Amino acid sequence: MSDFRFNPRKWLIGVLSPLDGPLTLIVLAILSFSTVVMVSASPERLDTLALNVGVAFMVMWIAASVPPQRMMTIALPLYVLGVLLLVGVALFGDVSKGARRWLNIGVARIQPSELMKVAMPLMLAWYFQSREGLIRGRDFLIAAALLLLPVGLIAKQPDLGTAILVAAAGFYVLFFAGLTWRLILPVVVVGVVGIGAIVAMGDTICQRGVEWPGLRDYQKHRVCTLLDPTSDPLGKGFHIIQSTIAIGSGGIFGKGWGKGTQTHLDFLPERHTDFIFAVLTEEFGLAGALLLVLLYILLIFRGLFIAAGAPTLFSRLLAGALTLIFFTYAFVNMGMVSGILPVVGVPLPFVSYGGTALVTLCLGVGMLMSIQRHRRRVGT
Amino acid sequence: MTGIRTPEQEVARFRGRLAVAGAVALVCFGLLAARFFYLQVVRFDYYSTRAEDNRISLVPIVPNRGLIMDRNGTVLARNFSAYTLEITPSKVVDLEATIEALSALVDIQPKDRKRLKKLMDESKSFESLPIRNRLSDDEVARFIVQRYRFPGVELKARLFRDYPMGSFGSHIVGYIGRINDRDLERIEDSDDTANYRGTDHIGKAGLEKSYERELHGATGFEEVEVDSGGRAVRALRRTPATPGNNLILTLDLKLQEVVEKAFGNRRGALVAIEPGTGGVLALVSVPTFDPNLFVDGIAPQDWDELNNSPDHPMVNRALNGAYPPGSTFKPFMALAALMSGKRTPGQAISDPGYFDFGGHHFRDDKVGGHGYVDMYRSIVQSCDTYYYRLANDMGIDLIAQLMGEFGFGSKTGIDIEGESSGILPSPEWKKRRFKKPEQQKWFGGETISIGIGQGYNAYTMLQLAHATATVAAGGVMFKPHLVKYIESASDGSRRMIEPQPIKTIPIKPEHIDTIRRSMVGVNREGTGARAFAGAPYVSAGKTGTAQVYSLKGAKYSSKISERLRDHALFIAFAPADKPTIAMAVLVENGGFGAESAAPIARAVLDYYLLGKLPAGIAPEDPGAEGGVGDSTGE
Repeated sequence: MSDFRFNPRKWLIGVLSPLDGPLTLIVLAILSFSTVVMVSASPERLDTLALNVGVAFMVMWIAASVPPQRMMTIALPLYVLGVLLLVGVALFGDVSKGARRWLNIGVARIQPSELMKVAMPLMLAWYFQSREGLIRGRDFLIAAALLLLPVGLIAKQPDLGTAILVAAAGFYVLFFAGLTWRLILPVVVVGVVGIGAIVAMGDTICQRGVEWPGLRDYQKHRVCTLLDPTSDPLGKGFHIIQSTIAIGSGGIFGKGWGKGTQTHLDFLPERHTDFIFAVLTEEFGLAGALLLVLLYILLIFRGLFIAAGAPTLFSRLLAGALTLIFFTYAFVNMGMVSGILPVVGVPLPFVSYGGTALVTLCLGVGMLMSIQRHRRRVGT
Repeated sequence: MTGIRTPEQEVARFRGRLAVAGAVALVCFGLLAARFFYLQVVRFDYYSTRAEDNRISLVPIVPNRGLIMDRNGTVLARNFSAYTLEITPSKVVDLEATIEALSALVDIQPKDRKRLKKLMDESKSFESLPIRNRLSDDEVARFIVQRYRFPGVELKARLFRDYPMGSFGSHIVGYIGRINDRDLERIEDSDDTANYRGTDHIGKAGLEKSYERELHGATGFEEVEVDSGGRAVRALRRTPATPGNNLILTLDLKLQEVVEKAFGNRRGALVAIEPGTGGVLALVSVPTFDPNLFVDGIAPQDWDELNNSPDHPMVNRALNGAYPPGSTFKPFMALAALMSGKRTPGQAISDPGYFDFGGHHFRDDKVGGHGYVDMYRSIVQSCDTYYYRLANDMGIDLIAQLMGEFGFGSKTGIDIEGESSGILPSPEWKKRRFKKPEQQKWFGGETISIGIGQGYNAYTMLQLAHATATVAAGGVMFKPHLVKYIESASDGSRRMIEPQPIKTIPIKPEHIDTIRRSMVGVNREGTGARAFAGAPYVSAGKTGTAQVYSLKGAKYSSKISERLRDHALFIAFAPADKPTIAMAVLVENGGFGAESAAPIARAVLDYYLLGKLPAGIAPEDPGAEGGVGDSTGE
């Protein structure tokens, strides 16, 4: 009889069982930090934040309960749906804040590029799984084509930030699937040398009248603003100048919670979304920044660990790619706010305010959890 | 890539790559940490001071928008300074109550509330939005005394745009309006975001839109010291704004007024061009609208009124309306016949009053025909049969090719937006236009009516005037343009917009001369003679009537609704031997071109060549003087 009595402890364990302990703790830690910062940066948004977190955790829990085999079956339909929606956006999308990103489906407006962040690694991982044991150069070409189609559509919206994230997500799958170093290394070398050259010669090539082959004037302008923010003190340079001042003036231990002058005197732009990291470092200093970086490192290493133990090619590729996406989000955002990367719209994972991004991220975490939980049940 | 591996090898390679990824992530985070260390420890003192000094805020100084003037200096668009009451919705606790309380101090109409609501839907909550514009001095005084009661409500001095000539030339000047999402997109695309900080209006239509870059100017900024509450304490340094450039048009506003008055209550369009330069002297589309309605966001009922009017006052008929040219097409057909050698001026036909083709009876207007008709008479008397036969002899491909030379069916490239390219019919066009194969085929009978400017032919008055000006200039085609000079507001220096010759159509002078003589004949002894009786100058013209609705041989009667009546057209240039003006006129549903369109052309030429003003127009407009220096403040 005792088996049928309600046992709160057992019930709780049952409910929590899909969740991975370490990942849950890390995400909770980052979210708590985010909430603390948000109280200072934008207290009026706390209610919505709580709601967003609730929804995101539901999504995470559901994703964690879905076994990887099930995910495989939805990879192709999800990808096709995503591409169709992107084409729909290009043809009939709503324009908001200067870009055509939203699709109005009657009941709600959706942003299909967000879906692609998850659909892309799923699709490519599924594709390589279906070719397991037979993977050749041709498969990488096909995968690259599958990758470039939606990336092109997103870049055209224009939404450079999301295009970069989706492209990165796809590239990580290719990388883990064994894309040859002979293709990767030259690109890396050329990239490093190119960036080095631009930084070294910034003063000469940014002068008026110097034209950059293949780039439009405004693109040149954007790079040059990064090299010397003071050249555009009213435009994009203003954001970088103000956020570096916020970070730098934070010092080692920060100005204290709620005492950031940059934040509270309205000098910081977008302080609850893309530039929230500047608020965090202004008020909590180097110590706060390193704590956050440490949390991200833990998250990423837990993800890599899960990938290493994953049983099938599909789950390995998916876990590896998802983990590196978290890394990319974090690195690009912090790099942009601290002035070493150009300003593109990428949120700080689990910290920036924004429901869609949070749900997408938690969906990714949930998938990692599912891969970890189902590692023994599936053999190849 | 490197052959097939065993699953164990695969897993080993995968783990190797995981290790690489982990290492890269660590290096990148290390890089970030180094950057943080550099900013927060090494340069802490520097940034700390900067943050302290960051009591200095950059305040944009919005430049004065350039003025728009006609060729004689009459101001069409200017600025004036006035007070506006603005609300920042996010800083107001109870918006309704606040507005209610405000309405006790200043006059707030229901339409002001509606406009605020519309603006709130379109903008972010932290933007400050106008609730009342152009406050009177009394209202300003009343508000200032009570100001403490209204946190989140501010009194601002702002520059307003004003169109002193009201609806005259409104289709050309256009209007400005508040910057919306789509404008923001354009601003971001051209990387002008910095230059538009502080600016909240932008050109939406006409010259205000197409010359936005010139008119806007460069935003300056002021470094202002702020206290810990963010309020400005004192100004430290300022980089003044560079005011926008003034536009001086080729347009003669008086001429524009003569035309708009001559149209009366009728709908239509007129374009007059200076043949040797392409400068547009008048560009009229009636009815017009008052651009002042748009400046501060148009009230919904005004918008509905403009938008739902059966007269469509917002449509720029001169640029955007494509109409069959009717018989005004004939001089161009005749010229094409001479150019291609299909006709000589003396070659004549005997007109029985109809032309039979493929079992179809193409009728001439004149029952019994015009008798013996050569090229001169074909134009002077507007003989249809001559052109039915000519079109048949030339064939549609040759017609399309040569009419294309005169610019029919392609945009002229005028310097305001909204130009339509019209329809130059050809078998290729028909293939593109229709989807069903049975509709795509070109029939020989369709070529016949093309010859008299009917059928699928549809051109804008701008194209027709452009082609007329090209013929008047002996075949040299200039790009039509409205702006003559761009004037710097700071030092008054002027940059002239050079006339741009597009091309020279290879026409023999004697061919041009034949057409010129024939068109002079129209106004002397032909269909235009009555309208031009007694004119002291020699003008060239051609009447035209474009069918809206087929009467099938019946006569006009009161039973035919006014909107189904034919459109009346007229083209002209003068003085015939050395033309200084060329034009095309259209009166919608005006009936015969000779009756309603030609008199308007006569009024234009009388004013332009003789300075004669029709009754009802004051010789000197009081708005023409002063006004220029009216813009104040920065």
